[in-house]
Amino acid sequence: MIKYLLRKEFKQILRNGFLPKMIFIFPLNVLLIFPWAASYEIKNLNLSVIDNDHSTYSQQLTQKIISSNYFKLTDVSPNYNKALKSIEKGESDIILEIPPHFEKDLVNRQGGKIMISANAVNGMKGSIGMTYLSSIISDYNGQVVQDLMPTGAGTNSTPTIQINSQYRFNPHLNYRVFMVPALMVMILTLLCGFLPAVSIVTEKERGTMEQINVSPVSKSMFILAKLIPYWIIGFIVISIGFLVAWAVYGLIPAGYFASIYLFAAIYILAISGLGLVISNYAATLQQAMFIVFFFMMLFIMLSGLYTPIDSMPEWAKWIAAFNPLKHFMIVMRSIYLKGSNPLQLMNQLMALVGFAVFFNTWAVLSYHKKN
Amino acid sequence: MEKTIQHNSNKVIIAENLTKRFGNFKAVDNISFEVERGEIFGFLGANGAGKTTAMRMLCGLSIPTGGKGLVAGYDIGKQTELVKKNIGYMSQKFSLYDDLKVWENIELFGGIYGMKDQEIKEKTDELMRALDFESERNKLVGSLPLGFKQKLAFSVSIFHNPQVVFLDEPTGGVDPITRRQFWELIYDATSRGITVFVTTHYMDEAEYCNRVSVMVDGKIEALDSPKNLKKQFNANSMDEVFQQLARKAKRGD
Repeated sequence: MIKYLLRKEFKQILRNGFLPKMIFIFPLNVLLIFPWAASYEIKNLNLSVIDNDHSTYSQQLTQKIISSNYFKLTDVSPNYNKALKSIEKGESDIILEIPPHFEKDLVNRQGGKIMISANAVNGMKGSIGMTYLSSIISDYNGQVVQDLMPTGAGTNSTPTIQINSQYRFNPHLNYRVFMVPALMVMILTLLCGFLPAVSIVTEKERGTMEQINVSPVSKSMFILAKLIPYWIIGFIVISIGFLVAWAVYGLIPAGYFASIYLFAAIYILAISGLGLVISNYAATLQQAMFIVFFFMMLFIMLSGLYTPIDSMPEWAKWIAAFNPLKHFMIVMRSIYLKGSNPLQLMNQLMALVGFAVFFNTWAVLSYHKKN
Repeated sequence: MEKTIQHNSNKVIIAENLTKRFGNFKAVDNISFEVERGEIFGFLGANGAGKTTAMRMLCGLSIPTGGKGLVAGYDIGKQTELVKKNIGYMSQKFSLYDDLKVWENIELFGGIYGMKDQEIKEKTDELMRALDFESERNKLVGSLPLGFKQKLAFSVSIFHNPQVVFLDEPTGGVDPITRRQFWELIYDATSRGITVFVTTHYMDEAEYCNRVSVMVDGKIEALDSPKNLKKQFNANSMDEVFQQLARKAKRGD
């Protein structure tokens, strides 16, 4: 019996002019575009300079900042208010104010005072800009100290600690290495969790669901026939994802493909269970889409895709703990970057199995409602 | 006055004090009737009289809150899956798959009811010839005109040879010629021993039924052959019978 239902599902998916294309174009787009565009690295910050000193040192400093490639000089203002205006107009992001007698004070060993103020409407951009600028200035400071050091005093007169830092698992802090595995998780969530839910609600709306309900097809069989095609699509798409990650980003998982497939299978089960729960409660496509949107937002924001979970407030960590997306993202990143095996990821494995059981039980219980 | 229901192979539908209550509202209030094998049973009533609710209970889509019902010999409260195997159903809303071809819809529903591939294939050929549908066989159902669709939907609902088929306002929005052809299909089905349970708002169609019941406010107010009903209500047509009965209704649209 399920043979006929599966045949129907595949025909409907393939005959739908839009869906098959989207199923392939969407993940390709996500994997090919996002990792290049969305980056933590902040470049091209617009800098407004107020140079009250007009000295060699102040010009050297400005020059050094601009040549760092992180900043673009977009505005030179005579005073702070003018500079603030340019921030308000959106022409600059950060202000560097060099006080009068800057050079003189430095040479006289009184130390120079510089003010930086950043537009923190986008907090991240502001604080990162601030950090970059401070580190360039302190670097410059080091140079000046060297220059002003009386010759022969020896460079070891001030003891310094040398830090030798090493980034493990992603030595070049390559942002893409970190993003690609996580993006695959998002793709799976949409394809295997939410597409079947939408497809079930469509049948409700069209009335074909009722025709199935008066037939001997059991609910579980109908649901299974809905899910299996998307599971297959999910596996195909994640395999395409591996291919793209390798071909475009040179990324090969440090761990086994088998572990990824294992976790993916459990994750797909969990997320499609959630999709079914949604389809049980939504009577129309509009309602279903809205619930899907709500969950997608919540899941992505609290998944650790962009902002690390560890730096979230306690309550948000609790919500994130109930987010299947978060767990699978940890899994994907660990297997891809660290080469973790399922034993090391036991917590995530248990969590995902838990979600799969929970959502599917809920789906079955909320489904069998004859009125 | 609970009676025990005797299973009688000549009675395809038996309803006894069947009731459906939603909170304080009795959508279907203690209805009792029997339908004989091979009969065309008209189920009439104004909008909101409770026809669809009663029909949904008989199809196993809705569980009765009181009373008993047997359809094709199975209890509609407890043996819904067995009931479903033995009935056909065609709803008000067109419910074949628009994005499947004519033969694919037939194959799907035949398969769902456990028919074998070979049997489906043979019966499909036969049906296409009988309906003169050969040229439409490979068309998507969504592209067919409404009259075509309704005839196809009916043919699909009896494709697996059910004991009884439930038709919920099958001819709504269909032109008179197609309606006529539709009723020819219904007669053809009864000649093959399929019992037809049909709701309709067209009183000329009521005249085609062997027996007709009229529901008013959840209760069956009259049940007999069209001829006897007209005599009983001293009316010239079923339309007059219906008008007299429906005027008593307290709940409306």
